[in-house]
Amino acid sequence: MSTDPVQVDRISGQTTTGHEWDGIRELNTPLPRWWLWLFYLTIAFSFAYWIVYPAWPLASSYTAGLFGYTNRGRVAEELAAGQAARMQAAAGLETATLAQIAADPKLTEIALAEGKAAFGDNCTPCHGSGGQGQRGYPNLTAGRWLWGGTLDQIHGTITHGIRADDPDTRASAMPSFGKDGILKPEEVREVANYVRTLGGLEPEQGVDVAAGKKIFADNCSACHGEDGKGNIDMGAPNLTTKVWQYGSDISDLIYTITYARNSVMPAWGKRLDPVTIKSLAVYVHSLGGGT
Amino acid sequence: MSSTGQPHHGGSLFSRHHILETSPILLVLGILVMVAIGGLVEIVPLFYLKSTIETVQGMRPYTPLELAGRNIYVREGCYLCHSQMIRSLRDEVERYGHYSLAAESMYDHPFQWGSKRNGPDIARVGGKYTDSWHVAHLIDPRSVVPQSIMPSYGFLMTTALDTRALVDNVATNREVGVPYTDDMMANVMTDLKAQVSPDAPEAAALLKRYPKAVVRKFNPATPEITEGDAVIAYLQMLGTLVDFKLYDDKANLR
Repeated sequence: MSTDPVQVDRISGQTTTGHEWDGIRELNTPLPRWWLWLFYLTIAFSFAYWIVYPAWPLASSYTAGLFGYTNRGRVAEELAAGQAARMQAAAGLETATLAQIAADPKLTEIALAEGKAAFGDNCTPCHGSGGQGQRGYPNLTAGRWLWGGTLDQIHGTITHGIRADDPDTRASAMPSFGKDGILKPEEVREVANYVRTLGGLEPEQGVDVAAGKKIFADNCSACHGEDGKGNIDMGAPNLTTKVWQYGSDISDLIYTITYARNSVMPAWGKRLDPVTIKSLAVYVHSLGGGT
Repeated sequence: MSSTGQPHHGGSLFSRHHILETSPILLVLGILVMVAIGGLVEIVPLFYLKSTIETVQGMRPYTPLELAGRNIYVREGCYLCHSQMIRSLRDEVERYGHYSLAAESMYDHPFQWGSKRNGPDIARVGGKYTDSWHVAHLIDPRSVVPQSIMPSYGFLMTTALDTRALVDNVATNREVGVPYTDDMMANVMTDLKAQVSPDAPEAAALLKRYPKAVVRKFNPATPEITEGDAVIAYLQMLGTLVDFKLYDDKANLR
């Protein structure tokens, strides 16, 4: 590039910039008016913005703007408005008892809708999108409840969790019969086979099921009952229902008896508000709850 | 304008930009000045304004196990798909919980806010799921969340945690301002083991040094401390430290 005297271009009538490359010169065309005015407008806008919104830092604070706008204040307002709208639709859920909700079809309908939404975000990762459960996580539609299937029992379980970090949590601990040496490996196998027969499954060939029955009576019946029908006060599952939370294979049962599963459910009372928990209880009860 | 002689573009101030535009050095200097002004006005106040970081109760440095888990979180690039930043928007607050506070990241080096959400935000995932769920989910995400697109991190459950750099790592964090006490510094390896040994006497001392720490064997499949233990310890702590009962929302509007 060489410096070249500014000239007037003959065709366009425009001056050149004074740059010249091998005889090619650059026109000094001004920016379009509309563009320039938009640019000035944005500058003017920024001055207005400084006045209206929080903008400039000061020594120990900042300019708050004419209306004292805060982002966090706005989200608090929006949350309150959302809550108010929801409460308008769900008026009554807050004060009604679970029994009153169950008795009132309109309240039930609202609780089901609220509960379904909350279930989708909070419960489906373990219990599945339809409450069908999966290995290790109970099926809520089977009508079989470890800790009871009434509205109040479900509500209690959701609020305080199972073996969770909560003073009122539902807690019980099945011993690790094999790991802690309470039963010998062959005894574990015998009782596992007996448990299979409780659920109507075939035992293995050549295993003494009668011995397993005796071991069951001595070690398991205190919680699972003489007949293996379980005890919801201990969260001890009914072993006769053909619903197997950790599988019904002999190896699964041997693992369960050897190490004990003692599964955990978080306490939701700390995380969700009371209306949501009530709604969840109604929704979960609708999936397979009992009276 | 003349048609000969040196470039001449009029006399007003607005017409003199050609001085900058025709001199690369002046242009670079001009840009530097502009950027410096922007930085001074937008960044510097964050360091001296008290309102930048909220006053909260409950924040503490990471326990050694959580810190090790956090390092694995960074190593595996979890931040590429998971944010740890609940924005102050209604839908986010309703789904994830209270919006994230600056105070909740004040001991993070580097912070893990992320900017991408292929997976959900996990700023407050602590306590939401059980340890066994995390184990199952890290080994095979689709076994518990059928629609998940997360890769498997099953190797974390079988890889022993490399703790060689942990003491230095804690010291480095202290160097850059994380308030690790001498007591904490002296017990890094003890605390690391105590956090997965709930029955050990050292667990109480750990909880005293690091209140609200979750003490459990997170990955019960192995007796030794695996990377899975560290990651799950970190996940179970996320978002649980600040006591929102004592947090004054109104005093921290901004």
